[in-house]
Amino acid sequence: MVDYKTFEYDMLIIGAGGAGLRAAIAGLESGAKVGVVCKSLLGKAHTVMAEGGAAAAIDDMHDGDNPDVHFVDTMRGGDFLNNWRTVDIFVKEAPDRIYELERYGALFDRTPEGLISQRPFGGHRYRRLCHVGDRTGLEIIRTLQEKAVSLGLNVHMECTLTKLLKDGDRVVGAFGYDRVSGDFLLFKAKAVVIATGGWGRMYKVTSNSWESTSDGVMLAFDAGAELMDMEMVQFHPTGMVWPPGMRGILVTEGVRGEGGILRNSKGERFMFNPEYMPPEAKGMYAETPEEADRWVHDNKNNRRPTDLMKRDVVARAIYKEVRAGRGTEHGAVYLDVTHRGADYIKSKLPSMYEQFHALGDVDITKEPMEVYPTPHYVMGGVRVEPEECSSTVKGLFAAGEVSAGLHGANRLGGNSLSDILVFGKRSGEGAAKFSKTVDFGAIDASVIEEEAKLLLRPLENNGLENPYTITSELQDAMQVGAMIEKRADGLEACLVKIKELQARAQNIGVEGDRGYNPGWQTARDIQFALKTSEIIVLCALMRQESRGAQWRSDFPDKDPEWGKKNLIAKKVDSALEITTRPVQEMPEHLAKLFEEG
Amino acid sequence: MDTVTLRVFRGDSSGGEMRDYAVSVLPGMVVLDAIHQIQQTKDSTLACRWNCKAAKCGSCSAEINGKPALMCKTRLDEATIDGVITVRPLFTFPEIKDLVTDVSWNYHISEKIPPFTPKPDAPKPFIMHQMDVMRQQEYRKCIECFLCQDVCHVLREHELKDNFYGPRQIVKLANYNMHPYDNLKRMDFIRNNMGIGYCNITKCCTDVCPEHIRITDNAIIPLKERVADKFFDPLRMLLVKLRILKNPEADRSQDSLLG
Repeated sequence: MVDYKTFEYDMLIIGAGGAGLRAAIAGLESGAKVGVVCKSLLGKAHTVMAEGGAAAAIDDMHDGDNPDVHFVDTMRGGDFLNNWRTVDIFVKEAPDRIYELERYGALFDRTPEGLISQRPFGGHRYRRLCHVGDRTGLEIIRTLQEKAVSLGLNVHMECTLTKLLKDGDRVVGAFGYDRVSGDFLLFKAKAVVIATGGWGRMYKVTSNSWESTSDGVMLAFDAGAELMDMEMVQFHPTGMVWPPGMRGILVTEGVRGEGGILRNSKGERFMFNPEYMPPEAKGMYAETPEEADRWVHDNKNNRRPTDLMKRDVVARAIYKEVRAGRGTEHGAVYLDVTHRGADYIKSKLPSMYEQFHALGDVDITKEPMEVYPTPHYVMGGVRVEPEECSSTVKGLFAAGEVSAGLHGANRLGGNSLSDILVFGKRSGEGAAKFSKTVDFGAIDASVIEEEAKLLLRPLENNGLENPYTITSELQDAMQVGAMIEKRADGLEACLVKIKELQARAQNIGVEGDRGYNPGWQTARDIQFALKTSEIIVLCALMRQESRGAQWRSDFPDKDPEWGKKNLIAKKVDSALEITTRPVQEMPEHLAKLFEEG
Repeated sequence: MDTVTLRVFRGDSSGGEMRDYAVSVLPGMVVLDAIHQIQQTKDSTLACRWNCKAAKCGSCSAEINGKPALMCKTRLDEATIDGVITVRPLFTFPEIKDLVTDVSWNYHISEKIPPFTPKPDAPKPFIMHQMDVMRQQEYRKCIECFLCQDVCHVLREHELKDNFYGPRQIVKLANYNMHPYDNLKRMDFIRNNMGIGYCNITKCCTDVCPEHIRITDNAIIPLKERVADKFFDPLRMLLVKLRILKNPEADRSQDSLLG
């Protein structure tokens, strides 16, 4: 018999980033007993890394913005793979979630009239990102953390959950361990919200932290939930590349929002190369560098710089420039914001200035940065109904990056910080409501025994395979085969490697005991990362077209037929099954918005 | 490729030792990269915390060459002394394992702080000027790395955790207290519960803050002055007694004088 501690909650929330904390606030305000489990300390989740801002059509800059325009931008951004119902709710509720955050204590930058200041970002027609310098994510997570704590949050820090427990077709709890002591933990819950964020750690270079190993999406998959559009992995155009110690750390899109210019090693503003302009974006962007320069000071009478096109477009352009031999000696392009002046840069982009200065010996007020695309965000994830964020498994909800539907094939910058607010709240309300209709249910002790045995295996093994070697080999394979440019042969080779590593991972052995053992943690994390990688690669192989983040150079065009389909991955009788499902058509009143431009 | 020696504390609450690891150095490498290299190639049981690796989450706090600092923000080329860098866990908090300490006390006292509570009639959105917002945004930059709590001698040497909440929490209080739409009175709390009187302004907390928050000058001293003003100013006490000043704390315009 395995030993474990037991906790009981009406609602169990897995993940304490923005979405998890907003869900917790909603749950606590509804009177539910809420427990939150997070893999790190409270307040350290990946949300702190979000820099640019939270998109909401509040129009404090008097540009003429409204939720309809935000709807159009988001659907276009996602190349119409988005769930229109999700987007509709999102654009209408984002403004209220921002105002609410302010009442929780967040301090956004202000306009001269004292309203919330908004900055421009890629793919957004108007200045729409409510921001706090370049540390908006920190402001949001700290605000939500303080609000949730003031409502009496129960938080289990530094705990990893590895198995959702079911009673028949319903989720009734979760099992895992406390990283500090290594003790096993059982959480009984009437409803479970997954808010674990994304997964970038299967790539060699990534902006993601150690936590982003896909636990949440795999917990849901294992419990039978449908996953959607898993091939859609976003490559942020501007990751740092030099010095090597900084590789992958993000340069906020805010740099381009504040007028930053991309140049190749010949000094050319390559984003004006007509080859990079998607047909549907023609006429929407500045046609000359002069117009782009004027826009910085007068955005009403000039069109936006092409540097501010959607992330997928800019990332591909940078990749192509470097491949064509017009990159820097470190295989990057230049991003230059020096023309905005030292004082302006230090006030609007303080963390960027500080980071480059302290770590890279680069003074961004005087010299350009070197940037290259880096895996950053996932648009795919657990398929949920937008109204209550319920998954296809009873009692299981998901919100934030781990859920799919809002962003389609490509996420616009700034839409994730409002995503976690809007759907964090809705998932918390949905789970609280559901928890009032059910009891705790029964937990099958044999499932716990089996999971505990699996967890302990690496410690009891004689150490044939090293978890770090497996991780590193997976990262190499994904970096080569499933990066920004994909081809059938590369994806297939990657899949062969993943299968080999899955077999070897059965035989991982680690030293030490259960107490705060990073080797043991890695041994568990890699199991999830391997399965997620397999699903990403299979979905990317299946979608034979290029759309948004999915760039198949062997199928370089958009295929209208594929544009009508989402890919659905699901576990059926312990085997992985991938099918397609038609994208829901927009109702007439929303479809009309696109005719008007 | 150069090599440096990382001298790292290995052990737990029952004791431990310093152990040397040879680490190969790449340009721009930080101490956290070196720790990861050790975990991946030499000893997978070496425990440390980290998340963002970009000085934004405050997880990887340690004492590097005897000084509290973030491992992700300390470059090997700048920290190496005669080929060696010493890395130890935070001293002020109970040891868990290797570089990981139990910082839960910080979370427990944080729960006791009266939260930001907006005035019921505040406009939506708030009308605030950038100048006023910026003053408080300095406090909001805190990444809760707890380096200030670690270095504070009231907590570090005198172990007065029952009496004094430490610089981090004073920064938080200053933020709430200075918010133009906050509706709570907190001076009794600051004096009696937080024990602000224990701080004798050595500015060590300011020195180690990776976010360059001027903790002492902009958070602690203004709050100390307000406490002195409310509780120890004889003229003010007389005015209150004579009911010329009804409630000194209700006079919110005082807040704008801070900072």
